[in-house]
Amino acid sequence: MAKLQGMAKRDARSTAVAASIFLFPAVALLIVYMVYPIIDTFLISRLKWNGFYTAEKINVGWENWIVLFQDEQFWNSFLHNVILMVCSILIQIPLGMALATFLDAGGKKFNIFKILWFLPYLMSSVAVGFLFYYLLATNGGLISGIGTLLAGKRTFVDLLGQSPHALYAVIGVVAWQYTPFYMVYFIAGYSNIDPSLYEAAVIDGANRRQYIFKVAIPLLGPIFKTACTMSLIGSLKYFDLIWNMTQGGPNHGTELMATYMYKTSFQKFNMGYGSAIAGGMFILITVIALLFQKVFVVKEDY
Amino acid sequence: MTAIVNPQREKMKSRIAWSIAIFFAVIWAVITLGPFVFMVLNSFRDKKMMGRQGVLHFPDPWYFKNYPDVISNGFFGFFFRSVLIVSISLILMLVIASFASYPLARMKFRLRGFLYAGIVAMMSVPMHVTLIPVYQMTNQMGLINNLFSLLGPYVAFALPMSVFILTGFMMTIPHEMEEAAVIDGCNKYNMFFRIILPLSKAGISTLAIYNVVGMWNEFAFANTFLNDIQVKTLPLALGAFKGEHAQDTPLILTVLTLSALPTIVLFIIFQDKLVKGMMAGAVKG
Repeated sequence: MAKLQGMAKRDARSTAVAASIFLFPAVALLIVYMVYPIIDTFLISRLKWNGFYTAEKINVGWENWIVLFQDEQFWNSFLHNVILMVCSILIQIPLGMALATFLDAGGKKFNIFKILWFLPYLMSSVAVGFLFYYLLATNGGLISGIGTLLAGKRTFVDLLGQSPHALYAVIGVVAWQYTPFYMVYFIAGYSNIDPSLYEAAVIDGANRRQYIFKVAIPLLGPIFKTACTMSLIGSLKYFDLIWNMTQGGPNHGTELMATYMYKTSFQKFNMGYGSAIAGGMFILITVIALLFQKVFVVKEDY
Repeated sequence: MTAIVNPQREKMKSRIAWSIAIFFAVIWAVITLGPFVFMVLNSFRDKKMMGRQGVLHFPDPWYFKNYPDVISNGFFGFFFRSVLIVSISLILMLVIASFASYPLARMKFRLRGFLYAGIVAMMSVPMHVTLIPVYQMTNQMGLINNLFSLLGPYVAFALPMSVFILTGFMMTIPHEMEEAAVIDGCNKYNMFFRIILPLSKAGISTLAIYNVVGMWNEFAFANTFLNDIQVKTLPLALGAFKGEHAQDTPLILTVLTLSALPTIVLFIIFQDKLVKGMMAGAVKG
């Protein structure tokens, strides 16, 4: 008995040793590049510091956070993130679902649409940002070109240069890029539905349309929730595309939390305040994501 | 259901519904393709002709010099630096992720639940929260303007999702395989290299595709750490060319076309596999 226990103990110890060895590189990297930087961001947020490590670091306590709470520009950026988030969920997910439904109902003969519709997602956000910067340009852009054609005289359509329009344009571009993602996602969802359910529905006298709306779409519930969560988190930390398309302009009209943070830290070299913005961003994203998870679970229950 | 169904009328109705659906499908295809057509067509235009002909006109004459211009201005430099850093980061990341997933999926030890939850929680950390401290670290190590400064962030930020997916994958490997190996005197280390790793190949290749796309397109870290044009990666090439030739739209569109080409070619070759790989991240709940 004692011998057996000793063996079990030795086995547990050798398991622990093996587990530590295998996990060590990953855990070490995550501590160095994730855990420590997150803590450090909150520590730097209490400093007045231009980021050069020879420069003086002045401890200002909670001053940056107090300024952040009253910073209209920050809340304005947050509002843009929220608008982007709501529009992304309302445009991309239903559109992606409609496209997937079309492809699912149409079968193989519409494969060409699937390929064409997927293309925008193959471009990086940086490339999409640049492409639409030139495509929406007042002079020599595609939209201005179409405007010229329709009006019959030289017309300039200025979408990125004035304030509410620029944000709507950005929302449209983001929808262009990400709708294919949700489309493929819902296609996968449809293909996971047991085909016998369709047969059962047909035997019960349902037609294709009734099957889609009464059987298939309700079954996609969990997928719908995951899609919304991804869209939500993605929209709140959005950066690459905006940075390359508008730099947050015109006059902060498309400023997001991430671009505001980047400007403050790496263009104005106000690293203390930049860290406070990053910290605020982290807190807001976490809170919104958790709240969303809670609300959605309640809805799914009844 | 009603007993009287007029089959002809039903058929008619369905045909009309399909026509409307196809009409919208074509419109959406035009919207998706339009920007690509704009990009490719105008890359074959002389910049002087851009204003004169308007963007909707076919290039007349077709102008092919943008491509050699971009290539001779160091485009392949950007390209090869991206290939270099992405391939090293990817291999290192896959090794570390499969090491970490093995104990999380196949062993029982005290901190298992805690470590797994911690790693999963890191999936949604926005990179901006870590950017300033990681920049400071890189600066203190003297790695600013060094391509390999990206290695750490690229590997670390790809890890949580990869470990999550791979752990799930390794859990599905049947236990009988392991038991048979133990009877044959296989220890935990050999078990990993001889049994678990070979059986996880499919999961690892999906992860490779998913992460190669993410790393290939990464912008924010690269833009922060690499200021010198001699060390910049491909996503920064656009900004670099725009900085020098802001007014030369066709030239920038050429850079865009060239940098979009690799993923589009890969898509044509490995269509289903690439889509599956790019969707790997979507399994998180």
